[in-house]
Amino acid sequence: MSNFYGFYTLLAREIWRFLKVSIQTILTPVITVLLYLLIFSSVISKSRQMLPGVDYLTFLIPGLMVMAMLQNAFANSSSSLFQSRLNGNVIFVLLAPISDFEIYAAFVGAAVVRGALVGIGVWLAALIFSMVPIKHPLYVFIFTIFSTSSLGALGLVSAIIADKWDHISAFQNFIIVPFSFLSGVFFSIRDLPPFWEKASYFNPFFYFVDGFRYSCLGVSEMTVGVSLKVSLLFFLLSSAWALALLWRGSNLRG
Amino acid sequence: MNAIEVIDLKKNYGSLQALTGVDLSIAEGAFFALLGPNGAGKSTLINIIAGLTRASSGRAAILGHDVRKEWRASRYKLGVVPQELAYDPFFTVREMLTLQSGYFGLGRENRPWLDELLKALGLEDKADTSMNHLSGGMKRRVLIAQALVHRPPVVILDEPTAGVDVALREQLWSFIRSLNRKGHTIILTTHYLEEAENMCDEIAILDRGRLVVSAAKDELLSRYSWRQLRLQLLPESRFKLPADMAAKQESAPKGELLLRLHREHDRIDEVLAALEATGVKFSDLRIHEPGLTEVYSELTGGGENHE
Repeated sequence: MSNFYGFYTLLAREIWRFLKVSIQTILTPVITVLLYLLIFSSVISKSRQMLPGVDYLTFLIPGLMVMAMLQNAFANSSSSLFQSRLNGNVIFVLLAPISDFEIYAAFVGAAVVRGALVGIGVWLAALIFSMVPIKHPLYVFIFTIFSTSSLGALGLVSAIIADKWDHISAFQNFIIVPFSFLSGVFFSIRDLPPFWEKASYFNPFFYFVDGFRYSCLGVSEMTVGVSLKVSLLFFLLSSAWALALLWRGSNLRG
Repeated sequence: MNAIEVIDLKKNYGSLQALTGVDLSIAEGAFFALLGPNGAGKSTLINIIAGLTRASSGRAAILGHDVRKEWRASRYKLGVVPQELAYDPFFTVREMLTLQSGYFGLGRENRPWLDELLKALGLEDKADTSMNHLSGGMKRRVLIAQALVHRPPVVILDEPTAGVDVALREQLWSFIRSLNRKGHTIILTTHYLEEAENMCDEIAILDRGRLVVSAAKDELLSRYSWRQLRLQLLPESRFKLPADMAAKQESAPKGELLLRLHREHDRIDEVLAALEATGVKFSDLRIHEPGLTEVYSELTGGGENHE
């Protein structure tokens, strides 16, 4: 037995919520990325080859797309669920015949949609600078799903664990932001000192970025198969974590 | 079948025992009050029935559906009006109701019922107002409408009239009464004992995580064994009560004599005769039969202790 319409309504609620504040949830992140592009494109030599046949700007844009998608997917599920917890209106969902998995799927689904919209927004805005090709649309789709749903699931985790906004912001600023900045968005990890290069291979976000870059440009640092496997694994782990917390009821069903 | 069946329900928060083995049955169609002092475990009990909290042990069922094993079926049967004025700040009243109805799997076909709810609760002209801009009383009405979107046969109202003005309180009660007449089982908690006494026909009292009593209201009231005899003394009245009478005396304003009498052991005629013999003269007498307040105080140890 399932309650598909209940899941669908919750998904719609989550998407509707961020669309009602789309200046903050879509436009702002796109503008932020535009600023990065402006700054980096003016200080770093455009002719510099980052990957075979790829100049810096073309290298940077897909990376920024993934970074914006990751951060916004996380922000969506974490702030929506946590705000509902604080306001108390989370009980309207908890009282309804909606399963833990349906709750997970609805929140993560909305995080994917917001991440994808921000990604598309960044791609469109970046047209001012450069037209980034989409060489492998199917991979673009798959890496978008894996990366945004992983971060959507982590957003749920942080919203369930947190006791105050401070905790959400700590999760975001001490984990999500550093991991996304150090994932090879702005540079090739081969340019790093050996220790940091090795460390980067343990950063799952690196595989999201590298895989997504391959999907757009057709070249990357790792082979796409490796990125795909690591991304899938990370998606499964973060989802399992979120589902386990929902299932245990921690902080939601005292 | 019972609307609510609770068997040996226990809930611990760390070392704190919020419920220490509660058994409770609520018949279908009842108008039931769940009373008890703050911290007695009322909210914990309601939350377990509603699936918002998990019991440490024991079980609870709504119309025969176990709240854990058949959680989906049990939630379709239950509507809960929470005590806190929770609301979703992003949406209007109608949007809230449409979403809530969707969570229960109900789509467009449920619109007429939502309109009916808006009308019945006097929310028609607020339907397109953002939840953010509603007064507390209006938010309370929306909470009630939200609890009813799926026409649940069992409705729990946790302090529905807390912080509500007198006019709205009466409207809400007449609405809730009409729900009960239509066959909904109503379970409520309230701090206003007169409300429970006037409205409900079944009463349970929880105290310190224990169910102290659960009975029909009339039976509960008749169980209380004390009543008060109040005499308006005449100025010329000069007397000294014998020891057995003095033991029954309670403090009263000057010019009055107040006695606490046992319903069965103290016969009014004998008491009056005894008083007259000691020289008590009075112009008027009143007998105060106990209400829920006295019963409640006795059972929860909240009042004076005469025993």
